[in-house]
Amino acid sequence: MDKVYSSVEEAVANIEDGATIAIPGFFAAGVPRVLLQALIKKGTKNLTLACGCGPMLGAAEELTQLVKNKQIKKVIDSYGLYRSATKGLQDPFEQAVRASEIELEVYPMGTLAEKYRVAGAGIPAFYTPTGVGSVVEEHIVTNIIANRKPKETRVFDGKKYVLEYALKTDYAFIHAYMGDREGNLVYRKTARNFNPVMATAGKITIAEVEKLVESGKIEPDCVHTAGVYVQRVVEVPRVSFAITID
Amino acid sequence: MPQKFQGLPREMIALRASREIKDGDYVNLGIGIPTLVSNWIEGKDVTLQSEIGMTKTGPLAFDDDVDQDLINASCQPVTELPGIAYFDIFDSFGMIRGGYMDVIMMGALQVNGRGDYAGWANPAARGMDIGNIGGSMDLCAGATKLFITMMHTDPDGGPKVVNEITFPYTTKGKVNMIFTDLAVIEITPEGPVLKEVFPGLTPEDIQSVTGAKLIIAPDLKEIEL
Repeated sequence: MDKVYSSVEEAVANIEDGATIAIPGFFAAGVPRVLLQALIKKGTKNLTLACGCGPMLGAAEELTQLVKNKQIKKVIDSYGLYRSATKGLQDPFEQAVRASEIELEVYPMGTLAEKYRVAGAGIPAFYTPTGVGSVVEEHIVTNIIANRKPKETRVFDGKKYVLEYALKTDYAFIHAYMGDREGNLVYRKTARNFNPVMATAGKITIAEVEKLVESGKIEPDCVHTAGVYVQRVVEVPRVSFAITID
Repeated sequence: MPQKFQGLPREMIALRASREIKDGDYVNLGIGIPTLVSNWIEGKDVTLQSEIGMTKTGPLAFDDDVDQDLINASCQPVTELPGIAYFDIFDSFGMIRGGYMDVIMMGALQVNGRGDYAGWANPAARGMDIGNIGGSMDLCAGATKLFITMMHTDPDGGPKVVNEITFPYTTKGKVNMIFTDLAVIEITPEGPVLKEVFPGLTPEDIQSVTGAKLIIAPDLKEIEL
């Protein structure tokens, strides 16, 4: 099936207010910047951005724009704040988090990766050793006190584990190096990171690809994400960006 | 308040900590002083894993070698070493939690004598009790050996090796050794053992800037680089 859309605007056109969107990227690498820019242009509000490791720090201009437009309701991430507290005090996003205007829900990175993985694999929840001995085992970690719901733990073979739930999203924005018309995707180097797992977690997965090729042109053994997970493909220019989170 | 004692610069803390890494080790280095450890492993058959999704991470990349699709977990451009492998994030954390890393090195805000440490949130500086967990708790969960590298005291001269942790915990009972600008401390069932001191300092000097009660090793020596 041909899943190619002619523009990013068209690819995001039906995203409704209140949607939860998975945003891959590990700091600056592998962030679906062009789709984010289309979302800014469209002005969709009340968004929940389900991230993995600070893609919005890596796409700081897009984040600031989304915050200014008051498009974000909530961010889920393992590393959503600037490392420097001094810099964070100046950051519009962190200011909105501190003022409780935006919710920031925090998980360990590997737990987030698994939350997306099981969401795509039909598993509702899982037990992990990560976070035992910290507040992560006690309740959901968020700046909004009312949302700090207690978590369950269980002991297996004398060792304690925390119950964490699948995180299915309405949409997933994906950044791939190459894609074909069927939605088969190939990533490049460390820009892969959260992209494959989030592609499986989105009910509708939209992939921006730097290189669109005809079906059959990707070496089948080298496909990273099978097209079954991808509903929309759109070709975008390769964007140069600053490799920094400072 | 100025620091009471001058000790090793950060690069030399990293050098001392790097001595614990052996041929064949798979190693993950956290942000900060741990990242500097990568400058001191040349000549060793060591594989650096970066949780962004690669093993055999090479040295930092500069100028024409910079590739925006190739960064380490601290968001620095890096290079590839022969034998490099890329993988996705759940594979990366699978190998971390699964115990495939031999050595984990992390920075910390506070460590106590029982091997607990805090490093992911600084409510005093941030004005809120949440921060960046990143991969720290997964790395602790899967750690075989967990080493902390940090300055011995905070910027105000207060102890970071403490009796009681006051910042939000990262993990409990997992730290094996602490490397600072002033000392090397091993966490044992009996408590924190002072193994090495910066040349010219006495155990009493170290204790005076340490919250936890230190046990003095019978074979206490000066830090050798």
